[in-house]
Amino acid sequence: MTLDSKTPDGPLAEKWDKHKFDLKLVNPANKRKYTVIVVGTGLAGGAAAASLGEMGYNVLNFCIQDSARRAHSIAAQGGINAAKNYPNDGDSIWRLFYDTVKGGDYRSREANVYRLAQVSNNIIDQCVAQGVPFAREYGGLLDNRSFGGAQVSRTFYARGQTGQQLLLGAYSSLMRQVETGKVKMFPRYEMLDLVVKDGHAKGIVTRNLVTGEIKSFAGDAVVLATGGYGNVFYLSTNAKNSNATAAWRCHKRGALFANPCYTQIHPTCIPVSGDYQSKLTLMSESLRNDGRVWVPKKKGDTRKPNEIPEDERDYYLERRYPSFGNLVPRDVASRNAKNACDEGKGVGDTGLAVYLDFANAIERMGEDTVRDKYGNLFDMYERITGENPYKVPMRIFPAVHYTMGGLWVDYNLMSNVPGLFVLGEANFSDHGANRLGASALMQGLADGYFVIPYTLGDYLANAGVSGTAIDSVEFQDAEEEVNAQIDKLLSINGKKTVTDFSRQLGLNLWNNVGMARNEKGLNTALKEIPELKTEFWSELKVPNDKASLNKNLEFATRVADYFELAELMARDALERTESCGGHFREESQTEEGEALRDDENFSHVTAWEYTGEGKAPNLHKESLEFKNVKLTQRSYK
Amino acid sequence: METMTLNLKVWRQKDTNSTGGLVAYTLETVSTHMSFLEMLDVLNEKLLAEDGDPIEFDNDCREGICGMCSLVINGVAHGPWNGAATCQLHMREYKDGDTITIEPWRAQAFPVIKDLVVDRTAFDRIISAGGYVSMNAGGAPDANAIPISKSVADEAMDAASCIGCAACVAACPNASASLFTAAKISQLALLPQGHPERAERVLLMVEQMDSEGFGDCSNHAECEAVCPKQISISHIARMKREYMKAALMAK
Repeated sequence: MTLDSKTPDGPLAEKWDKHKFDLKLVNPANKRKYTVIVVGTGLAGGAAAASLGEMGYNVLNFCIQDSARRAHSIAAQGGINAAKNYPNDGDSIWRLFYDTVKGGDYRSREANVYRLAQVSNNIIDQCVAQGVPFAREYGGLLDNRSFGGAQVSRTFYARGQTGQQLLLGAYSSLMRQVETGKVKMFPRYEMLDLVVKDGHAKGIVTRNLVTGEIKSFAGDAVVLATGGYGNVFYLSTNAKNSNATAAWRCHKRGALFANPCYTQIHPTCIPVSGDYQSKLTLMSESLRNDGRVWVPKKKGDTRKPNEIPEDERDYYLERRYPSFGNLVPRDVASRNAKNACDEGKGVGDTGLAVYLDFANAIERMGEDTVRDKYGNLFDMYERITGENPYKVPMRIFPAVHYTMGGLWVDYNLMSNVPGLFVLGEANFSDHGANRLGASALMQGLADGYFVIPYTLGDYLANAGVSGTAIDSVEFQDAEEEVNAQIDKLLSINGKKTVTDFSRQLGLNLWNNVGMARNEKGLNTALKEIPELKTEFWSELKVPNDKASLNKNLEFATRVADYFELAELMARDALERTESCGGHFREESQTEEGEALRDDENFSHVTAWEYTGEGKAPNLHKESLEFKNVKLTQRSYK
Repeated sequence: METMTLNLKVWRQKDTNSTGGLVAYTLETVSTHMSFLEMLDVLNEKLLAEDGDPIEFDNDCREGICGMCSLVINGVAHGPWNGAATCQLHMREYKDGDTITIEPWRAQAFPVIKDLVVDRTAFDRIISAGGYVSMNAGGAPDANAIPISKSVADEAMDAASCIGCAACVAACPNASASLFTAAKISQLALLPQGHPERAERVLLMVEQMDSEGFGDCSNHAECEAVCPKQISISHIARMKREYMKAALMAK
């Protein structure tokens, strides 16, 4: 299989415009003949479903929550990047493009990233027109702040609830299309299989989470926007229901899975407090604008933070990275926190935390200004920990947050299965080996509002109206497989719960495929994960009820997929012997302990092909060409 | 680590059409550091180990923003903490031997699906009646084309911070959805982007709210008291003014 990215020819800055002209159109009268299935209602899925409805397509839109408004995009706090250059500080489309490629450690596709930077400005216009209440200056114009990996202020925000406001903007447009009848919503439905007919994606099989009914839906194309797979680690900042099943089932139907080892560990999360911990809470990266990260210089220092004098504190990010300081990219900040804790300088009861201190900021700006900027984040911290961060420094530790890997897509965001498009975090395309802060919201909305409306039309115009009926053999087979898996899960009747298994798998991944990876650990994971999977299929205990709401059964279908995905993550991490971005192989580091890339051998995307139960997957490579940026050792010093 | 034993009374209901009731459970070794939902997780794992049926409850982000969690705890929607959703409540609020009663949102417009899970799709229908600016992707002017004063933007943001959890309905003696509906109407009435459809919007959304079976507002302000985002009932006053103006001006 050769992977054709379908990147248009011509100069970088002209590719998207030229491509838009070259793409075939579906005329307005014909759009209503097509049905498009959109799975997911987050920034990517919600924006796509709304936009496609506005254009006149018939859209069937599915989500696992009780309302489209609850997709996990809602939890994004800090902001959204755009190259508006409103602060007049030297930003441009080119600089946003450059920062994103560099931030991704030169493992993303240049043309995709440039397009992302280009449409970033349209996103802000679109959201303001929807009534998104972004933060403003006293003069009435939009305010910006800075984020990790950039030396300009290009991040637009709505208090610490930017994801919520952007999602509610997309949701409002979506609800408008529901009212017009162009979009039909299916809340509390979970996609459990992709239906492929004659090589094209033609529908999905779903489970109604309330009644348990297995039901198929047919369409002329399937747009998958189901988010990332961070919950494979069990503990992550993802919502409890975020999962990888829809993407993984597409993978098993032929879609390639790209760069599964690229996971982002976010540096500023609230530390684990006990083994009952069900998820981790992120504190927005924007806090690093004014908060200073430090640990005691002395190992095992048990004094309270305010008893430790200034000269006995190590502000290690400011010391090691004077030009970026506390605003180094996430992977760098996370690894440094881990190193400090590994050296025995960690703080708190567990020693697995570092301080994020606002004492200087409060002295400089006053408590009121700090409260105005970060009040809800401080409140959130205090509720969880019972400590007041205006008085004592926050304790933070890295946690799994985002997955840069995902289903492989070409420039049109179409997977290698024709008719299956993948948007947002579910695809792999824009963030390389590390995503910069405030870029996930940008990518989700770019894909949904400004890319898929163009590229989908080209596919449909070429493929024509399919009129596939759900009584065809392909749909029946897929439904039978889904039913058989559920019956199998219910019939095991073992002793361990799905939470037990998920937690055990997650810990294994965290230890072996987490912030730092090595050959030995990865081989351990590759040995232990299949053993755990075997135990899962013989020892699982799920309440035996498939005809009503059964959260344990939902999770069981997801965790069953996690075992397979986790193995692929370890395999991909083992294959990539270089370090890059969030993927840190201990065998490949500079003398200063920074990630050392191997451009000669690894300047490519790994895309894995499923070959069957228990069989080794096939590896395909898409080589990455950098014609516009020079590959350098990433430096934030 | 400090632990405690709790007496729980939890609403169990098989499905919409069955009769439900409170069931008592004793849960030991509850840590003060746990979140309220983690405490329920621990109870569910215990029930599973004893071949019982776990309690179904809605939850997702567990950080107070998705609006999915929805429990009435000792008679108070989202429990005792001000400005917090159920998922943000932590067990250091309770002490050894406490009795905690846990019930679902109760309103005619929110049928119980199972145990503590209710159907809140009525809220989606209120938004689809008019809670948006009718604009298609692609044609928006530059984001800075219309300056909006910081105070107006801030007030719009106060209203827009609604998470759609429906605690306002659960707390209201009339099961009114006024605070939810008003928050959206107010946000779009404050911002210039919402002005072209201002009158039509309030009429349509209020009509939809009424047709879903929610009661009217009679100024009890219970909604404001339980709102996890502390949205002010002054937005309901604005909705009423908007409604009056729109109704009087209607063609």
